[in-house]
Amino acid sequence: MSSDSSGNIPFMQRLLDSPFVLLALGMVVPTMLYTVWGVVEILSIPVAP
Amino acid sequence: MANFRTCPDTGFKIDLQADKLIKWNAVTAVVFLLVGGLFGLLVALTRWPAVHLLDAELFYLALTAHGLDVLLVWCIFFEIALLYFTSAILLNARLVWPKLAWIGYWLMLGGAAMTNVAVLQGDSSVMFTSYVPMMAAPHFYLGIILFAVGALLGCAVFFATLHMARKERTYEGSIPLVTFGGMTAAIIAVFTIVTGAVILIPTFVWSLDMGLIPEIDGLIYRVIWWGMGHSSQQINVAAQIACWYAIAAILFNAKPLSEKVSRTAFLMYILFLQLASAHHLLADPGLSAEYKIFNTSYALYLAVLGSMIHGLTVPGAIEAAQRKKGYNNGLFEWLAKAPWGNPVFSGMALSVVLFGFLGGITGVIMGTEQLNLIIHNTMYVPGHFHGTVVVGTTLAFMAISYWLVPTLWQKEMVFPGLAKWQPYLFGLGMGCASIFMMGAGTLGVPRRHWDIAFADSPIGHIFPEAANLMMGLAGVSAVVGSLGAGIYILNMVGTILWGKAKVPAPAAAEPTTAATPSAATSYGGAGTMAVPGTFVLAMVFLTTFVLYYFVNWKYLAGVWHLS
Repeated sequence: MSSDSSGNIPFMQRLLDSPFVLLALGMVVPTMLYTVWGVVEILSIPVAP
Repeated sequence: MANFRTCPDTGFKIDLQADKLIKWNAVTAVVFLLVGGLFGLLVALTRWPAVHLLDAELFYLALTAHGLDVLLVWCIFFEIALLYFTSAILLNARLVWPKLAWIGYWLMLGGAAMTNVAVLQGDSSVMFTSYVPMMAAPHFYLGIILFAVGALLGCAVFFATLHMARKERTYEGSIPLVTFGGMTAAIIAVFTIVTGAVILIPTFVWSLDMGLIPEIDGLIYRVIWWGMGHSSQQINVAAQIACWYAIAAILFNAKPLSEKVSRTAFLMYILFLQLASAHHLLADPGLSAEYKIFNTSYALYLAVLGSMIHGLTVPGAIEAAQRKKGYNNGLFEWLAKAPWGNPVFSGMALSVVLFGFLGGITGVIMGTEQLNLIIHNTMYVPGHFHGTVVVGTTLAFMAISYWLVPTLWQKEMVFPGLAKWQPYLFGLGMGCASIFMMGAGTLGVPRRHWDIAFADSPIGHIFPEAANLMMGLAGVSAVVGSLGAGIYILNMVGTILWGKAKVPAPAAAEPTTAATPSAATSYGGAGTMAVPGTFVLAMVFLTTFVLYYFVNWKYLAGVWHLS
């Protein structure tokens, strides 16, 4: 793929052709939605008196 | 400076370092399949009520070793081999950082050996999940950490090779779909390993008992551990689907119906598949309904959509390729004329069907909060994951091995007659084991329990007779499946050690790229959606899915005497 034609490439194709952007998304989305959200909910449980 | 050879069968330009690393990782994987499979057979023979082979202590030891060796070690060693294959070989490129890849290999091997030693010493029978406050020996955790670091290095080599191949323009346009599937597996692997490090490193320090970390919170452990434990199985799903596409391309030169749609389906995996980890937490206190339902339903369904796209497009690609060759009579001539005696095809076909019907549908059932309550922590759960990891992933890996081993080693299969039957024996044996385990789970039989008769318990419980029958049939089926696994291992080891060298056909004596399965090495779709047979099969699947879903709601209503 030549860089001078990259402006004509659809956004989704550019996204899917970017392994490191996908790697970042694959880390951030589950980390936030699964891990961080879950841990925050548990840490929010009040401590028993 | 990389050295290459040209494969006489396929015309692939193979980096010799990649060649060696693929072979070592694949062989090591098969050795651990043997070890883990033997432990699995012992577990099955213990849970078979009429046999009840091991005493309680040995049972939990065998269960721990079985889980670790097959769920983690066999799968990930094989996946590292696949990552090097889908990057260096399919992209016609050199493998970047081979020394790092070897360090990764030895770390994985050392770590796996260390954890196995810890388990065999008898004081680390904490099962695969190693839930706190159960404490294993420190080298149990350290071994898993070293194994994970090694796998992470393998992923780094894969991404570096992808980057370098693009920079050196070893391929045109976008990466092929099989490589994209490998990349999806690698991305999920990085999330899995990082999450594992977050929980296993403090757990290791806690196990040293030096007071640095006096306790690990059980709830937080479970949330983070399952981010690793379940996601490790999602690496398998992505890798197995890459194998399906690879086999369709290799055997039929089949291109996906739409490469864009298939890549988008993999994107669904990258974003959402790991969230399914939350279905293990559906009965946990402390987590809100919003968290549970969002992760296991709304987000998971997007990943399930991805699976259903792959389930449609893999057979669809084969149908399109077969119809192009003239198999156009009726709805299913293309399928009837497929090479059912070739274990590469039959293993893949069984993997697609069994994974969809057994592993896929039941995964959605378990991910529905209300339905989960009727089968949570029962035998239904191992029934489900034997429908994914065993008859889905393991069978797909076996299928591609029947092509990969003779091609890379340039040897004839040592027992071709047995190889023809092996996928059926293993697939149907383990498929039935999965069904009977789920049947027992529906009747309430607990998972991980040495004795469902509760012989020494002050408060007993008697399960329906059908539950004992189901457990017995699961045991018989597991023995049949183990026989199938044994034949696979014998064939692989035998071919590598004693297989006759392949004699190149006269036309292939000079390396040629004419036989290169171009659908595996290039980007592009089949350009047709005229696959009526596949759409009929998809409707059969969807009807089964809907019926089974409602049957489970009926079960749930029965629990509360609402119907």
